[in-house]
Amino acid sequence: MKSNKFVKMLSIPYVLWAVAFIIIPLLMVFYYGFSNKEGKFTFTNILSIFQAVHFKSLYLALLLALISTVICILLAYPLALILSSMKGKNDHLIVFIFILPMWMNFLLRTLAWQTLLENDGVINNVLQFLHLPTLHIINTPAAIVFGMIYNFLPFMVLPLYNVINKIDQNTINAARDLGANYWQTLFHVIFPLSIPGIISGITMVFVPSLTTFVVSEMLGGSKILLIGNVIEQEFTQNSNWHLGSGLSIVLMIFIIISMVITSVFDKEGEGNAL
Amino acid sequence: MKKKGLKIATALLASSVMVFPLLLNGCTSAPGAEKKEVYVYNWGEYLDPDVLDEFTEETGIKVIYDEFETNEVMYPKVEAGAVQYDVICPSDYMIQKMIENDLLQEINFDNVPNIKNIGNQYMESASEFDPGNKYAVPYCWGTVGILYNKTKVDEPIDSWSVLWDEKYKGDILMQNSVRDAFMVALKLKGYSMNSLDDKELEEAKNLLIEQKPLVQAYVVDQVRDKMIGNEAAIGVIYSGEAIYTQRENSDLEYVIPKEGTNVWIDCWVIPKNAQNKENAEAFINYMCKPEVALKNFDFITYSTPNVEARNLIEDEEIRNSPIAFPDLSEYDGLETYQYLGAEGDQKYADLWKQVKAE
Repeated sequence: MKSNKFVKMLSIPYVLWAVAFIIIPLLMVFYYGFSNKEGKFTFTNILSIFQAVHFKSLYLALLLALISTVICILLAYPLALILSSMKGKNDHLIVFIFILPMWMNFLLRTLAWQTLLENDGVINNVLQFLHLPTLHIINTPAAIVFGMIYNFLPFMVLPLYNVINKIDQNTINAARDLGANYWQTLFHVIFPLSIPGIISGITMVFVPSLTTFVVSEMLGGSKILLIGNVIEQEFTQNSNWHLGSGLSIVLMIFIIISMVITSVFDKEGEGNAL
Repeated sequence: MKKKGLKIATALLASSVMVFPLLLNGCTSAPGAEKKEVYVYNWGEYLDPDVLDEFTEETGIKVIYDEFETNEVMYPKVEAGAVQYDVICPSDYMIQKMIENDLLQEINFDNVPNIKNIGNQYMESASEFDPGNKYAVPYCWGTVGILYNKTKVDEPIDSWSVLWDEKYKGDILMQNSVRDAFMVALKLKGYSMNSLDDKELEEAKNLLIEQKPLVQAYVVDQVRDKMIGNEAAIGVIYSGEAIYTQRENSDLEYVIPKEGTNVWIDCWVIPKNAQNKENAEAFINYMCKPEVALKNFDFITYSTPNVEARNLIEDEEIRNSPIAFPDLSEYDGLETYQYLGAEGDQKYADLWKQVKAE
């Protein structure tokens, strides 16, 4: 009884934190999202997602987020396999190298890529020096996808590495004993067992990619409007918090869907490993 | 047991809710007990940072300095009152909007005697958006024009139409601010930059959409660095950046297009919720000192309305530079932005969003 009370006391700061910085702001978003400038209840803000401009930016955001998530899986899965096969030999070092850039500010890293990718930037100067064809991807959707992959790849690698590392070596040995070759073991044993890791990796790459406005603004030259940019501009420039909140609620629906999918597949909480 | 825990939680919650506004109030003491500080909200790189230190040295007032990139970004912050700035430096049409929406307070000019250094014609221009010169003290002025790189462009440029020339695809930098972008399109079509006519605005929007594939990027302060770095051939830029960029890269040339352009004035104003009004006035007064205005001019190279400061410029070429101090009577089609009302703002914002989403 006593320890129970103590535990409850310990939880108070978290409850306060959650109320002040999660629940109240969320309620405010819902208040603004469902009201107009006169403070009357309305669905206009939510339904405005069907306006051509907003729908297009949502579609583009979904598309780019999907592409970058798929590329992240394709890049991260082999890496996670390699890392887990190293079993203690330098694998921590490589994971460390992957996390290292994340110690630097996200904005700075993206700004650095802007300078690197510019038409007259560092990369093109090197390419020119080597008489190779130059790269013209800055201010295109390709640069945005590149920025998303660069920034969010570690969030795919780590859950995959964790889940694959935890697979019991005996399961793999059993498959090999029963005559499965490497590829058969990979597809029929390792892959199914790593699905929770894939799912949490997908959420952790897809959600930030879908909602980003910084990457698209900096690497897209403000030419490409994603749903995140629309929301940001409604708040910062058009002072229409109602529309911004309404569109945020629509975006939340997509985030909740992906979180539900995660919780169904990822019962062991690999996603919390970070 | 459970209930007691809950009670503690609610009590704590209640006290935290009550303490929070108290904490906020703590920062905003009563007007009588003005602190020795002033909160300044200015454009990015829009004064010589040394000037702030010297101001503190002379007056003992500490400057808390913050920057914005466009008028449109500045306005919601001030309107929401989340941060209580004491001095802000918006442009003409935005000052008009702030006056109309009751966000500014009148300046006590007894505390700003250096206003005498500001040229009469600039006070007159300011009275167009600030009738009676009650709220605004001119700080910088200029035009919007085309900056081009002579090594990348070998024809003479005198028209906005060059921004629609297929030849320069991917080498054009446009302004990422709604009024400046529409100004270019409206002026090219021969319309007013303050147009509210649906047909004219639709044409301007279509023109901007047509231009979009040619544009390398929509940027604000970065035009300067990208032009200096030879990253683009042509950019839309504020005249104040022209001298600076030419200093850094002598291949650059600035022109005011023949169709006309925007003539703007940025002024110091004091928002209604300012906590340190007298300090704000001291700051504005300091900025109007000829030596200080000159120092700022040397640093940012934006045209100063401070006549005494202009007389102090040693380099005759710059003192009489047609870029920094153009004779406006020589140009046609010059206009100043006006505040277009909430509906007008919305109209422009919607159209701009359509251009961006294309």
